[in-house]
Amino acid sequence: MIHLQIQKAADQTYNSIKRSILPLLSVLLAIALFMTAIPKDFYNKIFTGNDYLDSITGALFGSIAAGNPVNSYVIGGELLEQGVGLAAVTAFILSWVTVGILQMPAEMLMLGKKFALLRNLFSFISAIIIALLVTSFVSFL
Amino acid sequence: MIKSLLLKISGSLKFFIIILCIYIIFAIFNAEIFIKSLYAFWNLFIEIIPVLILIYFLIFLSNLVLSSKKIIDVIKNRSGILGYILSIIFGILSSGPIYMWYPLLSDLKEKGVKNSFIVIFLYNRAVKLPLIPMMIYYFGLNYVIILTGFMIVFSVINGIAVEKFLTQKK
Repeated sequence: MIHLQIQKAADQTYNSIKRSILPLLSVLLAIALFMTAIPKDFYNKIFTGNDYLDSITGALFGSIAAGNPVNSYVIGGELLEQGVGLAAVTAFILSWVTVGILQMPAEMLMLGKKFALLRNLFSFISAIIIALLVTSFVSFL
Repeated sequence: MIKSLLLKISGSLKFFIIILCIYIIFAIFNAEIFIKSLYAFWNLFIEIIPVLILIYFLIFLSNLVLSSKKIIDVIKNRSGILGYILSIIFGILSSGPIYMWYPLLSDLKEKGVKNSFIVIFLYNRAVKLPLIPMMIYYFGLNYVIILTGFMIVFSVINGIAVEKFLTQKK
């Protein structure tokens, strides 16, 4: 009985591997290309100084950026030093880790099209709202 | 004929072919970016192998354990606030890139786990415990505490909102 359960679980796992390996490889290839093609100093050229507008811009670029979150902190720290607002930087680092435009095709394939679109849309909007809220709270302290 | 061939190709394969075509374009017009991207891909691939093994092992365990109807019923119907709290905790504790978790979450979704829990899990993956000291270094302790608090609250709001929209559309 246990032997059969293990066999069944192994078969299901094999099917999951078969279903997921190609989208995962595609996402890795897309991220590798993006990380190579976009230079890191590109980000500090895109902000205007307006918190509202910059938080949207930050969220947009964070959404299409990819790679280790450490990079987003390093870029965010550099942007702050160069005078970019906290709201823009927060939206940028938040959307970097919560929104994934490059990963979205894989997310759609494995979790459903509507699910992926809605989750990324809400994460994008949240990144902007949280960025503005955090900036207000931090300025009070 | 091309149309019927395209219809037969799965979404995963289409996505893969598109990415390959982009690489071929770079190989022709900018060989430097092409080669550097391949190196970056290889490094990423090596980096994720241990996490990938762990995740497929978790899928195997979930297939073994969650196949019990009783457990699925608990997850589906009686998880309430506990489900939200567990999704937050597992999300915070999970590691590796977000796309690594799609296969496991896809499996759990098929077993009846709520969309809201998956959204909360994915959102809280943004709270990276090992990286908090680095975040404090760059942005300060107050900032990190406030940001983390808002992220957890908004993860639940997003989870409920996505669940509502998905069930409404059905």
